Amino acid sequence: MDIDKRQFLKILGISSALWVGSRFAGGISSLFGIGDKFDTKALADAGFEISKTLPDPKALTAKQWAIAIDIRQFKTADDYKKCIMVCDKIHNIPDISTKQDIKWIWEEPYNAAFPEQHNNYMGGQLKDKPVILMCNQCEFPPCVRVCPTGATFKRQDGIVMMDYHRCIGCRYCMAGCPYGSRSFNFQDPRPFLKKIDPEYPTRTKGVVEKCDFCAERLDKGLMPACVEASNGAMVFGDLRDPGSDIRKILSSNFSIRRKPELGTQPNVFYLI
Amino acid sequence: MYDSGKIITGLVLFVGLVTLPFWYSIGKAQVKPDPSLNTPVINQMKVKHCIESKQFMIDNHMELLNDWRNAVVRDNKTLYVSTTGQSFTMSLEVTCFHCHSNEKQFCNQCHSYVNIQPYCWECHVKPAEEIANGH
Repeated sequence: MDIDKRQFLKILGISSALWVGSRFAGGISSLFGIGDKFDTKALADAGFEISKTLPDPKALTAKQWAIAIDIRQFKTADDYKKCIMVCDKIHNIPDISTKQDIKWIWEEPYNAAFPEQHNNYMGGQLKDKPVILMCNQCEFPPCVRVCPTGATFKRQDGIVMMDYHRCIGCRYCMAGCPYGSRSFNFQDPRPFLKKIDPEYPTRTKGVVEKCDFCAERLDKGLMPACVEASNGAMVFGDLRDPGSDIRKILSSNFSIRRKPELGTQPNVFYLI
Repeated sequence: MYDSGKIITGLVLFVGLVTLPFWYSIGKAQVKPDPSLNTPVINQMKVKHCIESKQFMIDNHMELLNDWRNAVVRDNKTLYVSTTGQSFTMSLEVTCFHCHSNEKQFCNQCHSYVNIQPYCWECHVKPAEEIANGH
């Protein structure tokens, strides 16, 4: 049979319309086949919203979480230690005595934490005073911009979160972070853990980790562990809520942030 | 046919090599996977029911866990409402291992049989390790 171009296009058009139609019908009919077997894929393919997972009603929510750290209230070594220890304990953070150590929250002398604020003639009280450091949960996080897999991303409440399942260990985020808040697992961290908290996963060799403002605790309705342990020296709250504790404390105190000139809009404030 | 001797010998050898795994396991008893539900928590349950039906869990637990991890890590959702209307915390450690505290007799039974190595345990703490750590 000879067919001309016109006929060929007709046949092509009709058969592709039939094919698309049959695919669509298949999608719908498979929808009606759901009884006990809950086929999430078929539902999702057909464009249905699956609302079988919900946030905890007790979860704390905000538009942008932030922490204000009143370093005037940190007086003894124990004040620092209790905040750092509680984090290490609940998040299974290993203690490695080399440069390959993992840190979520740590302390650094004032002049190292705020190098651009430092001068040789400043009062002795601040000069060498240790400052609590952690991930700044930047409003414009460079780590999120450079992550090639979407393993690090910004949650709706402003927390810069890690999805270790997706991390490929390229360490772009570590190069991007101006605060040194990220640590790489050069080895399996488990041998360096004295005790493993079974309710929180450890990390594996080859992923990057950092502080996430205790996202898992916020989702259960609890404050970050360091804030809870600090006895009021750290204030946690929603920066976008004018009535929040953190906004009150920021409006009545002088505060500084680490490297604000970079434009990352860090969300950890220091009252000095 | 030219070179029939070589070709036929070659074919016999080829078929033999390809089917070697079958010859190799002939006469060997294959241990059927038998996931055990014999754990203290399950034994105490009056109605032994997982979060969804048994068949659903057998067929879809991997998809379910994948959905859970995305919901928890990426969407801040922590509760799962099952088709029976009960809600559960989406957590391998808190929810799954609470009952299935026997990884070797439960998870590994089928995983070893079908020769898959899920890498959950590289980060998530096995129930056995809880015991080793005195929990």
